[in-house]
Amino acid sequence: MIQFDNVHKRFGPKQVLQGVNLEIAKGSSMVIIGGSGTGKSVMLKSVLGLIIPESGSITVDGQNATQGDRDAFLARFGMLFQGGALFDSMTVWQNVAFRLLRGSLKRPKDEAREIAIEKLRRVGLTPDVADLYPSELSGGMQKRVGLARAIAAEPEIIFFDEPTTGLDPIMSGVINDLIREIVVEMGATAMTITHDMSSVRAIADNVAMLHGGVIQWTGPVSQMDASGDPYLTQFISGSAEGPIEAVR
Amino acid sequence: MKLVVAPLNAIGRSMIALFTSFGEVLLFVWGAVSHIFRPPFYGREFLSALFNIGWLSLPVVGMTAIFTGGALALQIYDGSSRFSVESVVPQIVAIGMVRELGPVLVGLMVAARVTSSIAAEIATMKVTEQIDALVTLSTNPMKYLVAPRVMAAILVVPALVGIGDIIGIYGGFLVSTETLGFNPATYIRNTADFLQLNDIVSSLVKGSVFGGIAAVMGCYAGMHSGRGAQGVGRATKSSVQAAAVMILAANFILTSLFFTS
Repeated sequence: MIQFDNVHKRFGPKQVLQGVNLEIAKGSSMVIIGGSGTGKSVMLKSVLGLIIPESGSITVDGQNATQGDRDAFLARFGMLFQGGALFDSMTVWQNVAFRLLRGSLKRPKDEAREIAIEKLRRVGLTPDVADLYPSELSGGMQKRVGLARAIAAEPEIIFFDEPTTGLDPIMSGVINDLIREIVVEMGATAMTITHDMSSVRAIADNVAMLHGGVIQWTGPVSQMDASGDPYLTQFISGSAEGPIEAVR
Repeated sequence: MKLVVAPLNAIGRSMIALFTSFGEVLLFVWGAVSHIFRPPFYGREFLSALFNIGWLSLPVVGMTAIFTGGALALQIYDGSSRFSVESVVPQIVAIGMVRELGPVLVGLMVAARVTSSIAAEIATMKVTEQIDALVTLSTNPMKYLVAPRVMAAILVVPALVGIGDIIGIYGGFLVSTETLGFNPATYIRNTADFLQLNDIVSSLVKGSVFGGIAAVMGCYAGMHSGRGAQGVGRATKSSVQAAAVMILAANFILTSLFFTS
């Protein structure tokens, strides 16, 4: 279980998180929604220790993100970054097998390559892309490679940061379906941040809405439309009228 | 009163910012050096950095050294002819290249070529979240990106300086023997007899220190880059400026240590 307990984080004068409390049950898929700049990515990066909150605590199965053996802690995670964050000096298969080529999970090169190609197949890419460089791929293919890298070491927890940003609706649908399939298949805990409502409906078991530095509403995705929360209702409908200011 | 306090405030803020940056760089150097000696070691990244910093810098180092050596010979010949001591050309070219021009010019060339490239590469990785991706893949960026580059520069730049010294002396030799009428055998003997071990050691030590400065400043600027294309541009520019100034300052300090007794 991932637990946020009264987490605060500011950047200069801007207080981004103002007491975030949230629980993500093991094996569930939580999608965090909210406007741009509300701190969704900050929440996600705080779990990984990439950003350190000023106060409050974040624990994963009772273990604090910033204490203990970092390598062992991070080995439990996979992450798909918004822009893919593929290493452009490496080929596709080397990107996917990055974790399998070094560190505690190191395997022989041939075996690592085989696993990488299998993961590429799993995300719908053919083996002939394995020796290409990320710059030779389209945006959608880069997302798939990023997804293959996230799942290559079979992590217990997978984070998805804006998985469909910059993709056309059809490719967005393909990525959403892949994420859902993989999360269910692996039994992983998933935490996704997005403002794409089609992703929310495709991926989520539970939804949390971040607004004003706090979790404004959280509950099962099935109850989202009938929540009655004015902030959530405005966000789902995409209306300029409502409690969320259109100009931020 | 405000007219007096405002400039003092500005000076104070600048000094605090300067000392803060200096402290951050020192901590960064400590982090980089400590990771060089602690496993895991990334041999492939080290070899790649060795190739990029050393082998690929050879053409620019060679061209810089040969033209500088040639120009130095012409200048010394012209200057020494005013006192009728033209015979000192081989000795002064050798000492000038080995003690000063070789290490400083190679250091500055490395700062221009390698520091800028390291800063731009790491800054781009930061902007595109590749540094964050490294962390999530259980890889420490200081260990994976910084330590191999710093170690490679410390080891390979002295070799570049040594090669630059030889090519620079050869440039002086070519000009002196082909246009100034020096006897080749005498020129070589005078050069070899005049140079002392201390000259060569100082040259190589300077190369090592300058290499370290060039790599550290590139890595530091890259890792602390701002967002977007402007952030990458600023990181690249500031890294080269800082490296060049620090190399010249370090040269003065090292020259004082080696040659004032």
